[in-house]
Amino acid sequence: MKLIVAVIRPERLPNVLEELFTANVAGFTISRVSGHGGETERVETYRGTTVKMELTEKVRLDIGVSDHFVEPTVNAILTGARTGDVGDGKIFVLPVERVIRIRTSEEDRAAVTPVGVPSD
Amino acid sequence: MPALNGSDTAWLLVATALVLMMTPALGFFYGGMVRAKNALNTLMMSFSALGFVGLAWALLGYSLAFGKTPLAHVLLRGVGLEAQGTIPHLLFFAYQGTFAIITAALISGAIVERMRFGPYVAFITLWSLAVYAPVAHWVWGGGWLGRLGALDFAGGTVVHVNAAAAALVCAIVVGSRKDYARQAMLPQNVPFTLLGAGLLWLGWFGFNAGSALGANASAALAFVNTMLAPTATLVVWTLLDLMRTKKATAVGAATGIVVGLVAITPAAGFVGPMSAIAIGAIAAMPSYYALLFRARTRLDDSLDVVAAHGVGGIVGALLTGVFAAKAWNGTASGSLRQLGIQAIAVLATIGYSVVVTFAIVKVISLATRVRTDARDEGLGLDFTQHGEEAYGRGDGAILLLDGGRS
Repeated sequence: MKLIVAVIRPERLPNVLEELFTANVAGFTISRVSGHGGETERVETYRGTTVKMELTEKVRLDIGVSDHFVEPTVNAILTGARTGDVGDGKIFVLPVERVIRIRTSEEDRAAVTPVGVPSD
Repeated sequence: MPALNGSDTAWLLVATALVLMMTPALGFFYGGMVRAKNALNTLMMSFSALGFVGLAWALLGYSLAFGKTPLAHVLLRGVGLEAQGTIPHLLFFAYQGTFAIITAALISGAIVERMRFGPYVAFITLWSLAVYAPVAHWVWGGGWLGRLGALDFAGGTVVHVNAAAAALVCAIVVGSRKDYARQAMLPQNVPFTLLGAGLLWLGWFGFNAGSALGANASAALAFVNTMLAPTATLVVWTLLDLMRTKKATAVGAATGIVVGLVAITPAAGFVGPMSAIAIGAIAAMPSYYALLFRARTRLDDSLDVVAAHGVGGIVGALLTGVFAAKAWNGTASGSLRQLGIQAIAVLATIGYSVVVTFAIVKVISLATRVRTDARDEGLGLDFTQHGEEAYGRGDGAILLLDGGRS
């Protein structure tokens, strides 16, 4: 099992979701985050105040998957999130020690497999 | 030669301010319905009309629309404090200017979230001179539609049908938003839309009752009709909503109010109060179903200018020819002949507006790109066009002391 953490552009989220659903990846959590990467600077002006926005709004996806789902998930995110410009984000793949589904106490692979999706 | 009248002047002073307020109100009505990343741009499309169209009206537009010859009043030459009817000529000019401003701003609903700001401003400025001013002249400035006997009390055809025809052309030529029909694009702030609709209703008392150009019985009739017609539209709209989805929607209520106001605009001073209620009630249905139909098509008239102002305006203009009552207005009654004249006015306005609007957008698009590229559209027009955010949190903002122009 792996935990896939992806940080992407908010405006690409609909595309990424579309790709994920197409790849049968159905269980994930998203959060609105802000961060700093290598983006070109974003300058805003309010009356006499000009500011450089050093933090950019991003969307973070947390996706727990069984091993054979890692590649399809990564590919789905790459396809959906890539624009080719600096600031497209990152994907991190982390090992996971244990997963428990709260409703049933199922563990690990059974727990990361969404209801209705064949487990392999 | 009638002299200035104090009460007429007082009412028109107030009415002018009320109609001017309708343009920011329209900004909020529209601004609530777009996505948060385009909220400021949408509001700016209305606010900028106050400046650019207002100025063009003073320099040239008023002369084209209301001069005895097209250039008689260029740069406000000969527009002074002498009586025009019973109010100062200068006040008449200002009152008409507020109409030019909101008519141009209405078009923005068709091209929000994707048109570059510079070309937009150029477009509405040219449009107010090349389309609005001539059509206003036809109906109100002594032109052929007025002489033909077309009834348009406050601008159902001149303002609403005219703007909607231009909106249709703009939506087609500029093209649909890249996410249109692919992603759900939800209103960012429905309370703004209700606030806008409420302020539009308030301003519309100046729009319709002010069009009597005096504090008189005709103004009272137009005022009451402006109150009554939207009540009927709002009720019918709510019932249609309930029948279709079992829910009375807030965006629907705001839309219904505007459709009712649009429909009563040409009729306001010509029909009795019960006819106003009938016009408001009847007008709800075509617009309601036009909205539903439009969303299933590829036409990205994003905020439904055509369904609300076009369909509502046409229904209102035609029903004016049906419900006009000499007992109330002292000039004309509804008849088959009047209905025909109303139809001619509508068709002539649509035809002229479509052709010249298309020409203006094409000319601008030869000089520059009229729409943003896909990247800027994705980032949102608030940042890419204006360098501001509607709902910025200020996290991570570093102050630039040199003003950022290093």
